[in-house]
Amino acid sequence: MAHASDHAAPAVLNEIKPAELPRAKLVENDRSFAWITEKVCSIIEGKTPTWWWVCFILACFVASFTVAGITYLVATGVGVWGHANPVNWAWDIVNFVFWIGIGHAGTLISAILCLLRQKWRTSINRAAEAMTIFAVVCAAIFPVFHVGRVWFAWYLFPIPNANYIWQNFRSPLEWDVFAVSTYGTVSVLFWYVGLIPDLAVLRDRFFRAGNKLRSAIYGFFAMGWRGSNRHWSNYEMAYLILAGVSTPLVLSVHTIVSFDFAVSLLPGWHTTIFPPYFVAGAIFSGFGMVLTLMLPLRAIYKLEDLITQYHIDCMCKITLATGTIVGYAYGMEFFIAWYGANPYEGFAFINRAFGNYAWAYWIMIGCNVITPQFFWFRKVRENTWLVWVLSIFVNVGMWFERFVIIVTSLARDFLPSSWGYYSPSIVEIFTFFGTFGVFSVLFLLFIRFLPIMPMAEIKAVTPQADAHAGHGHDKH
Amino acid sequence: MSHIFPKSANKLPLQIIIFVLVLVGVVTAATTYYATPKYTRIGYAPVQPVPFSHALHAGQLGIDCRYCHVGVDKGATSTVPTAQTCMNCHNQILPDSPALAPVRESFASGDPIKWVKVHQVPDYVYFNHAVHVNRGISCVECHGKVNEMEVVRHEKPLSMGFCLDCHRDPASHVRPLDQITNLNWTPAQASEHAKWAQDFVKNNHITPPQSCTGCHR
Repeated sequence: MAHASDHAAPAVLNEIKPAELPRAKLVENDRSFAWITEKVCSIIEGKTPTWWWVCFILACFVASFTVAGITYLVATGVGVWGHANPVNWAWDIVNFVFWIGIGHAGTLISAILCLLRQKWRTSINRAAEAMTIFAVVCAAIFPVFHVGRVWFAWYLFPIPNANYIWQNFRSPLEWDVFAVSTYGTVSVLFWYVGLIPDLAVLRDRFFRAGNKLRSAIYGFFAMGWRGSNRHWSNYEMAYLILAGVSTPLVLSVHTIVSFDFAVSLLPGWHTTIFPPYFVAGAIFSGFGMVLTLMLPLRAIYKLEDLITQYHIDCMCKITLATGTIVGYAYGMEFFIAWYGANPYEGFAFINRAFGNYAWAYWIMIGCNVITPQFFWFRKVRENTWLVWVLSIFVNVGMWFERFVIIVTSLARDFLPSSWGYYSPSIVEIFTFFGTFGVFSVLFLLFIRFLPIMPMAEIKAVTPQADAHAGHGHDKH
Repeated sequence: MSHIFPKSANKLPLQIIIFVLVLVGVVTAATTYYATPKYTRIGYAPVQPVPFSHALHAGQLGIDCRYCHVGVDKGATSTVPTAQTCMNCHNQILPDSPALAPVRESFASGDPIKWVKVHQVPDYVYFNHAVHVNRGISCVECHGKVNEMEVVRHEKPLSMGFCLDCHRDPASHVRPLDQITNLNWTPAQASEHAKWAQDFVKNNHITPPQSCTGCHR
């Protein structure tokens, strides 16, 4: 803005004298570098808080439900789930798509927002990337175990074998294997590369505090980081390359997940709108989950100076934008079903809204279309409790979206003679419920043992990191 | 910078990479060699309740396979003979041999001899002997030269890959129907036989299934 007046500005600007609109501060209260380091490191170095132990034990208990559900499944067979003709995909795939969708916010924040130089990403990207990885872990449970005989799950990969079993590369289910495994790998790499400078900080701090063991552990993973100019130069380049590599992944993973459905011929699945609609939905649910996780963290660790109202505003606006795209897609599906004049397609959508599963459809509409519209209002965005509650609704709504898409289409096939109604068995409910525990266990371990924010990157967006900032203000 | 690790730690990343590569190589090689049917199944030769020698009966004496395994060209399974079949000859030959005591016992009581099954495909594989035998596939293709075995041993891997090798190229494995049980048969002239085999496959419409449902119904 300072430069604008140096050059030949339109004369009209001098006349109307537009108000200076300062950019929102990304770190409030002019915090120093040392304060940021102290704030982030103290979370790890301090004594384990009581609430952490309570949450951790609770999370372990919840996670045991997944262990129990899966153990029973493996010991007995995949028939213990409620699947039966014609609904042969149900909660397993619903939960898979639900969790993998949640993961999308992490890559979006770390890759696309990095390339677009959206500086507000710095405070939330570490936790969002961690969330991505843990969500992929939870997602992977379902496709791996829904094959039934899990010891044959390696058949998914093209490994030469004595039985000449080879994959059908024309199947989107096979593309999914590669899409998700690539996504998981790149997400872990991205997360780890970003962690290296911060791990080195922890190594040095623990060394100075005399904790040799923890210093050695962090030091091992810091891989000899010394913070030299050459290290930083290589680091920035590696980070940029990874951002470039992961950017297409943000779009490709959920596109391919949507192909699992769109490539089939089932009414309600076989539509070209699926890829963009699924990607928008994934980012929508991902930001919902980021808000669900970050707002409590912000309150517990008093991080208001680092996760400012501006950050919450940005996240709410992305949720609003993607939620509106999802709402548009719901409308467009109905329009095309009518416009395409295919009676089966038309029936599939009427059935969604008014059939056996109408209750699920209207929960989905309520949570996904109506909820984000509240984010138009500043008053709502500034009410942290309300934002948190709305973010929960987003998560619920996106689970129901996958349920509606998968189950309603399968339950009402072309042939009325093969129609059915699906209800989950207790084993499925246990398995899904437990994944929230698995996710929480991993996330709790993350906030206890790893820096939840990239200290170096946050320092780079503070005013004092810009050596020339002061001059600009003096001159004008 | 804190000095936690010795200078040699600088080599650690390279060492880890080399270790992982070697480990992957060793695991792959070991699995390929030790964990496939070519190793796990070939050579299985259990001790049978009666020391029956195929080398003697089918080899030296030249008894046709179908004298004992009567069902092989008529049904899905190749039947194992009852003691009655043995006693056709053995009521005259070696009628008092102690080695044949279980046979006589079985003949008297009607309870079958408990032979140990050597060649076994999984329950989910539907293999039909008659279909193969009547379309020019000799016993030797799957069972090896049983006429030379003192004790029957597993000679071929019988993995799905083994089945598919033939299903994808039946012409290399067919032979004239009157030579099916002649396990020592080889074509007099290879090139002429190849031509004959091509015609045989074509004229008999031999199209072995390669889809899953061909064998896994």
